[in-house]
Amino acid sequence: MNTRPAGPVARAAANFLFALGLPFLTVVLWGIWSTASTSRFFVGPLTILDAFRQIWIGPAFVDDVLPSLYRLALGIVASIVLGVAAGVTIGRFRRLRETLEPLLEFFRAIPPPVLIPVAMLLLGITDTMKVVVIVSGAIWPILLNTIEGVRATDSVMVETADSFQIPSWERLWLLVLPAASPRIMTGVRQALSVALILMVISEMFASSSGLGYRIAYFQRNYLIAEMWSGILLLGLIGVSLAVLFGLAERRVLRWYHGMKEITRA
Amino acid sequence: MPDGSPLLRVEHLRKVYATTTGEVEAIGDLSFTMSHGELVCIVGPSGCGKTTLLKCLAGLLRPTSGRMEMDGAPVTGPSPAMAVVFQEYGRSLYPWLTVRGNVELPLRHKKLSRAVRDRIVTDAIEAVGLPQATLSHPWQLSGGMQQRVAIARAIAYQPEVLIMDEPFAAVDAQTRAELEDLVRLLHLTRGISTVFVTHDIDESVYLGQRVLVLSNSPTRVQEDLVIDLPSERDQLTTRALPRFTELRTHIYGQIQRARRGPAAAPRSAP
Amino acid sequence: MHKVSLGATGLLGFAVVWQLIPALGLVDPQYLPYATDVFAWLVQEVRDLAFWRRLRLTMTSWAVGLAIATLAAVVLGTAVGLVPFLRRATHTMVEFLRPVPSVALIPLAVLMFGLQMRAALVIIVYAAFWQVFVQVIYGVADIDTVARDTARSFGLTRRERLRYLVLPTALPYLMTGLRLAAAVALILAITAEMVIGNPGLGRSIELSRSAGDAVGLYGLVVVAGLLGLLVNIVFRFIERRSLTWHQSVRSEETR
Repeated sequence: MNTRPAGPVARAAANFLFALGLPFLTVVLWGIWSTASTSRFFVGPLTILDAFRQIWIGPAFVDDVLPSLYRLALGIVASIVLGVAAGVTIGRFRRLRETLEPLLEFFRAIPPPVLIPVAMLLLGITDTMKVVVIVSGAIWPILLNTIEGVRATDSVMVETADSFQIPSWERLWLLVLPAASPRIMTGVRQALSVALILMVISEMFASSSGLGYRIAYFQRNYLIAEMWSGILLLGLIGVSLAVLFGLAERRVLRWYHGMKEITRA
Repeated sequence: MPDGSPLLRVEHLRKVYATTTGEVEAIGDLSFTMSHGELVCIVGPSGCGKTTLLKCLAGLLRPTSGRMEMDGAPVTGPSPAMAVVFQEYGRSLYPWLTVRGNVELPLRHKKLSRAVRDRIVTDAIEAVGLPQATLSHPWQLSGGMQQRVAIARAIAYQPEVLIMDEPFAAVDAQTRAELEDLVRLLHLTRGISTVFVTHDIDESVYLGQRVLVLSNSPTRVQEDLVIDLPSERDQLTTRALPRFTELRTHIYGQIQRARRGPAAAPRSAP
Repeated sequence: MHKVSLGATGLLGFAVVWQLIPALGLVDPQYLPYATDVFAWLVQEVRDLAFWRRLRLTMTSWAVGLAIATLAAVVLGTAVGLVPFLRRATHTMVEFLRPVPSVALIPLAVLMFGLQMRAALVIIVYAAFWQVFVQVIYGVADIDTVARDTARSFGLTRRERLRYLVLPTALPYLMTGLRLAAAVALILAITAEMVIGNPGLGRSIELSRSAGDAVGLYGLVVVAGLLGLLVNIVFRFIERRSLTWHQSVRSEETR
């Protein structure tokens, strides 16, 4: 090991190098390669950045990005609300759960994008359809994880609530939902990536606006730098979603992570 | 509440579980009474249905037959007159709530003013000696402290009877002694009637005013023993008394007998 | 047994509701065809060789994509997981690349490879790779320090250490990653066919939609669901088998 005792400045510098070294190196190599290579499809990072600024910072932000994000947010929120509500209901009643289990397993197994044509058929090419598509794909991980979390609520915790005659509304907020929250958050994390995929695909498929549509348009018209800038933007949205989720999770599950840390030590 | 009047009456309690391999009798035929303000310990060999009895008392399980009365009214389900302290404190306290939140939990639905509720909660936390841990989460505390939180929650509920299910089985000996003294102190200062289930004979003698010795299959009260030790007890001197040793030896013998075979008829104290 | 009959009731109930919605005129059968029609279509379709040929194309790109992704993820994941320097150096890069939705790469893949299976593979591999990669890193990091020190003190060679220490510890994680990757790969195999248009189940779905063939569309959705179910069941079985001979306590990251 080469970790000699180092001052805090040296350590901070090392952390900084480790964090940004590889991304920086990649961008530099990318730049060199794109100028050397003859392929038309790989343009330099500066060109992409330039295209990014020209396209997305301007009217396209309002026309394409905002509507996409709006549908994405609506879809995610609806998935969480519906998934948790249905999951709590199904998880609490054993018979209901056992009746629905095979059916839910089947629905979860349907690759979500195949629901886009179905939604188009039933709802036409509308905003509602896109939100419905997002929900119909993203709800399953949340629903199934919630069911599992509610089902697995600790029996002593339930008996405690019984013995103190905690009424059902309080029981929901103080026992059932917190007890299931680690599982619910696992489901939400999976739902986020599904939702983002469905947002893009539904727009590539059936739209005349939105991020997915725009990227497909650039590709069809060989606007390479513009296309790359769209991929970059989608990547940034994905990363932001992951970061936002990380923050929310840390807040919601603070007790859970604290408890785990202590039992591990 | 007048001391000495019957508070809890259990008559011919029987509980049979239906399992896939047939019926299992957890409690055979069990009867006893308990007065206001008493501290009764229930001791018996492992697997004699102590936990089942306690869950029946708390209204968490329905007995197969028999009667249970609290203050003359039949027990049909959990009631505000009873509070349970479970053995598994780690699973009985809610890890997402703070100590205060946990103690407050059973009071939320009682129609109390904010000020009264706060006072009860603070008082209960102080009574178990944890005022400095109010804002901690249970998992940040030691096992003994967690069980104190569970006790605080039970007394904040202000029950007629405190039901404790082997509450100190999972803590170390030193902590256990401290918690035993806490139970005695709460009983003496607050006069809360307490049913204390344990498998530890010494603990039952040290804590109880009365000890019910249970027999194994069928479960019944093998002996109802009055603990005639002075009410002022402490870990060193009380446990060193010759009478303490006598009582302990006697109960030990009873339990050995209970474990060996069908119960003998209830016998009087020596 | 009781549970099975309840589950069957659920499935049957769903089929009845499905049948009733168009029958009662709640939705035009043109948009939601009768369940009986869809099942009749399915029965007819499974006797058609062309159906199986399309299915084979989809499953081929799924299998090839999954294999490439797994191979790459195991090699890279083991290296990154075992060498602290690599782990620190790649951390930011991984955290940035992993959340990028793979479908964002569809336009790029089409430009590079045209409307072919190879374009689909790019997307499948990208999506499936991260699932396995992350689990392999978890698995390698999970190696017991005492076990590792023991291996060192007995002078096991690098190769022996990999064989007897790293592999058994990481295997259950790998299987979890594989199960997640298999599901994701199927989603993207079908998605790619829908969007890119390389032949297979996904393109058939898109064709039935554009032809207004509602019965065929719903039938193919059912097929896709059954395919997904099959993949889930098979890989869950494999995962469970790998767990039986290695009991490890793992995070909730298993679903």
